[in-house]
Amino acid sequence: MLSPFDFVQDLLNPDLRFLPKALLVSMMASVVAGVIGSYVVLRGMAFIGDAVAHAVFPGLAVAFVVQGNLVLGGAVAGVATAILVAIFSQNRRLREDSIIGVFFVAAFALGIVIISQAPGYAGSLQQFLFGSITGIPDEDVVTVAVTGAVLLLAAFFLHKEFVAVTLDREMARATGLPVFALDLLLYIMVAIAIVISIQTIGNILVLALLVTPAAAARLLTDRLGVMMLLAPVIGAGSAFVGLYLSWSLDLPAGGTIVVIATAVFLLAWAFAPRHGLLARYLRRGSETVVGENSATKAKAAS
Amino acid sequence: MTALEVSGLTVKLGGRRVLHDVGLSVDRGEFLGLVGPNGAGKTTLLRSILGIVSPERGSVRIDGEPLARARTKVGYVPQRSEFAWDFPITVEDTVLTGLTRRIGWLRRPGVAEYDAAAEALERVRMDHLSERPVGELSGGQRQRVLVARALALQPALLLLDEPFTGLDMPTQDLLLELFAGLAAEGRAVVMTTHDLLGALHRCSRLCLVNRTVIADAAPAELRDPGVWMSAFQLQPDNPLLGILEVA
Repeated sequence: MLSPFDFVQDLLNPDLRFLPKALLVSMMASVVAGVIGSYVVLRGMAFIGDAVAHAVFPGLAVAFVVQGNLVLGGAVAGVATAILVAIFSQNRRLREDSIIGVFFVAAFALGIVIISQAPGYAGSLQQFLFGSITGIPDEDVVTVAVTGAVLLLAAFFLHKEFVAVTLDREMARATGLPVFALDLLLYIMVAIAIVISIQTIGNILVLALLVTPAAAARLLTDRLGVMMLLAPVIGAGSAFVGLYLSWSLDLPAGGTIVVIATAVFLLAWAFAPRHGLLARYLRRGSETVVGENSATKAKAAS
Repeated sequence: MTALEVSGLTVKLGGRRVLHDVGLSVDRGEFLGLVGPNGAGKTTLLRSILGIVSPERGSVRIDGEPLARARTKVGYVPQRSEFAWDFPITVEDTVLTGLTRRIGWLRRPGVAEYDAAAEALERVRMDHLSERPVGELSGGQRQRVLVARALALQPALLLLDEPFTGLDMPTQDLLLELFAGLAAEGRAVVMTTHDLLGALHRCSRLCLVNRTVIADAAPAELRDPGVWMSAFQLQPDNPLLGILEVA
């Protein structure tokens, strides 16, 4: 196994220029995914994230076949699906999860059909699905940085509106906030966050970057601001450690990053200060002695 | 002074006529109980007043103005189940979300908003819990937070939708006292409820609704069992009618 020092040397090695690029892109993408993912987790829209992640695929396929810009192609397809889901879910007869089930499989199927038209598609298919740290063009580093910055700015400036809509849609409507437009915008931001994360981590695993760090952060804090700082830190940390392990042990990058993030989530689940398994176990122990405490909690829960 | 004026309001939802020719006028200082069976259109009436549902015919005026210009004069307290209580947010920040629209796009709450939130929390006697995450509050405390969120706008009209669902008697009593007090300070308070006894006891006026207004008077003038039987489709031997006699 490579020591961290060797890893740093490899990062600086001009013959391995793709390595720092991959690290930079996956860490930037993780930061953005952590912030946007916090909304996804709090609104319980992980399934929508999954849908958009899959729906990005035909866009990537078209861009690949016509040799266009992959980020742009994916963004167009993801945003189109997000809009379709938002519009179709206004119909009350079908529940949103059915609509999503229809669209995301259809989009994925379309992607497979399209990419099969490209010569030698098997290799690129694997690259799309599981990610790759080689072959990220320089302009994509810039694209990810600029789009990521735009997403973070949008989240910063619309934060109080997103919170109001998530907390209580009825009240948001009553005070005259454009609830549908804000929903749509959030879907679009999720789509773009997914597209910029897809290159290193792959289409199948990208949802983990959005959901896992934010879910771990939620377990660790009851403060939204802290959660939205912790999630990107967990994401970027997982990306760094994952890429290091992947490089030194010759493991697939996307899978390793997700495994690390999941390990952080499990640790948070077990050891979180207030909501973790251990804390609950200890509290239950002390409650049987005090007694009074559990009565107040039962009242709070009712 | 008339805070709410509803006239000739007819609302269709999904092709079905839910409200027909509803007329209602509420002055500042009044505490109006809106009662009627499930499906009578009580919540639809509130949502039409708020402009969430657009009526087929009729008009709603707040403080003499059409809703579009008077939106910030209406405070709304939706049913507690509409709120995401697992959201990581403190009591104070929750109250501030009621001001989101007033603060405006791209701006953060300023001193005026923090003052309004603090004042509203003090009014519902929740100021000592302003840093508490909302998930840790009891049912009655949660209801108080939602009332404070509506009060932060300093509304002329306060609309409460089923504030007592799932709350025990002492909690209901304290809340009724709070709502009556808010009305006495010069707001118009309109509350939908299934708690007929509490409404008879505390509201200054009751409005019996079933698709349209069936009766609208002070509780003492609503002794006629006929209007209750018609509004709630009760049989003549229903125990409620006996309670009305002695109330």
